[in-house]
Amino acid sequence: MKFKQIAGGLIDRRYFLKKSLIFSVAASIPAYLTAQTPLELERTEWMSEPGLGFSNYGQPSPFEKKTIRWTMANSHAPGNGVSWTPLQDLEGIITPSGLHFERHHNGVPQIDPTAHRLMIHGLVNNPVEFSIENLLQYPKTSQICFIECGGNSNAGWHTNPIQTPVGNFHGMVSCSEWTGIPLKLLLNEAQLQPQAQWLIAEGGDASLMNVSLPIDKATSDCFVALYQNGERIRPENGYPLRLIVPGWEGVLNVKWLQRIHIANQPTMSRNETAKYTELLPSGKAQQFSFIMAAKSIITNPSFGHQLNRFGLYQISGLAWSGRGKITRVEVSADQGQTWLDAELQTPVLPLCFTRFRIPWQWQGQAVVLCSRATDETGYIQPTRTELVAQRGRHGYFHYNAIVNWAISAQGKISHVYD
Amino acid sequence: MSMIKYGLIVFLSWVGPSHAGDALSPMLGKPLSKATIQQRNFTVFPNGQGLPVGQGSVSAGKQVYTSFCLSCHGFEGSGDSAEELAGALHRLTDNPPDKTIGTYWPYATTLFDFIRRSMPMDSPGSLSTQEIYDVTAYLLFLNNIIDHNKIIDHHSLAKIKMPNANGFINQYKNNN
Repeated sequence: MKFKQIAGGLIDRRYFLKKSLIFSVAASIPAYLTAQTPLELERTEWMSEPGLGFSNYGQPSPFEKKTIRWTMANSHAPGNGVSWTPLQDLEGIITPSGLHFERHHNGVPQIDPTAHRLMIHGLVNNPVEFSIENLLQYPKTSQICFIECGGNSNAGWHTNPIQTPVGNFHGMVSCSEWTGIPLKLLLNEAQLQPQAQWLIAEGGDASLMNVSLPIDKATSDCFVALYQNGERIRPENGYPLRLIVPGWEGVLNVKWLQRIHIANQPTMSRNETAKYTELLPSGKAQQFSFIMAAKSIITNPSFGHQLNRFGLYQISGLAWSGRGKITRVEVSADQGQTWLDAELQTPVLPLCFTRFRIPWQWQGQAVVLCSRATDETGYIQPTRTELVAQRGRHGYFHYNAIVNWAISAQGKISHVYD
Repeated sequence: MSMIKYGLIVFLSWVGPSHAGDALSPMLGKPLSKATIQQRNFTVFPNGQGLPVGQGSVSAGKQVYTSFCLSCHGFEGSGDSAEELAGALHRLTDNPPDKTIGTYWPYATTLFDFIRRSMPMDSPGSLSTQEIYDVTAYLLFLNNIIDHNKIIDHHSLAKIKMPNANGFINQYKNNN
């Protein structure tokens, strides 16, 4: 076949489109076309009887039972843990609400919305509270954005590359359309005093989780969400109210939001001092890092998939940046020696998942596939070697290095470091 | 924008992002009384603002710890299923480091605040203010931050200088 390939079998999609290459399949005439007697029309079982009736709330096919969140919790405190989005099984950019990752510090509260209030107090002239019924009447706005836990991908700091599906490794990130009320609108109603510099947000769960957020961010693009992917937020994602802080650490996107305390200083809560801070080799730790830096991952093929034929594959993956839009994703099939631009599926939105794709020809060669994201600020996703050189191995949070999948001659996929 | 007949509002000019908060508000918030705010305000600041009146001792704190914390946090603050609280064997520059209250936490007020809001996990909110001050004192003692006979209270807690008080680099301040 004559088409432009670079090392490892990646195909330049521009050339591919121009030439409209067709990968030939050896054609042979099926037996039924040559049969002497006319054949009966075929009907499957489900074409031969009425289907099921209507349902009040649709569920995935029973044949898709394997597409689930992988959960892991503290055995002594079952509400303290994580569930990961199965990124390896999903396509497009929207995470189904039931598969959005979870991080709870002490379980999912079952909040009665009629008893829930959002209060705003502190350095304000007019301390106020809002019922959910009232909030539902406010002007709303929607944004499709990712939420990524600051601790996502932390297995990347391990000495040896973890061998686990991509969702169990990087699945503390998900992307939804969130709909709610601009936070600024509610803050304006409370009338911020000039000394207001920080906002302390608190959830109404059993851990009363709280974090501090700079007022500049709070009044720019944050909003309090009532809806996720068109329906009211699921309990595990913050029902009835969640603070959305686009592009910033997941922990700031406080679920079950009940209280906003306006202050001139951060509260220095456990989750912004002892946790969600990144220890450096110097012994000092980075605090209030907030922004989730650009990252990309090939989700297909990835660990756990098995290549069982030679020929054309489409490499597919996700990229996102807390600083804005993804402008470029490059893919390499030789562990970063040569790169080719992947196609970015539109729409490419700021602070949102971007799906990338690139064709790839596999003929049994052992290769290492990886992707590298660039965002609109020019920031380029680092290699693991670069990240570790900068940050050491004990920072735990904010791991965003390039991820490498080694494909053996047998089509087996494993995770390797650069 | 201007109001027109029938109450419809026309946006004559539209600048900026879609949720800049410039939309009109129905103003449905209800005023909050000082008493209500006081009842619901859990915030404690590193300068001690928000701490309730009270005090605690190391010896009483050991009893509280044994009753409510030990089953998860282990003997003297380490070695069980929950976070390592004390007994660091390594410094923050070692490989691996030990991030305990003594080696890592920058403020003693955070200890009181986190215990009050989140602990114990099976019955949060069950400890009295006295018990929270007591167990805070015990944890500070276990980390060699206060002596065994020291009493802490709502004035003195914020004044305790934690070993890692200067261990943090404010990335937001540095980048803005």
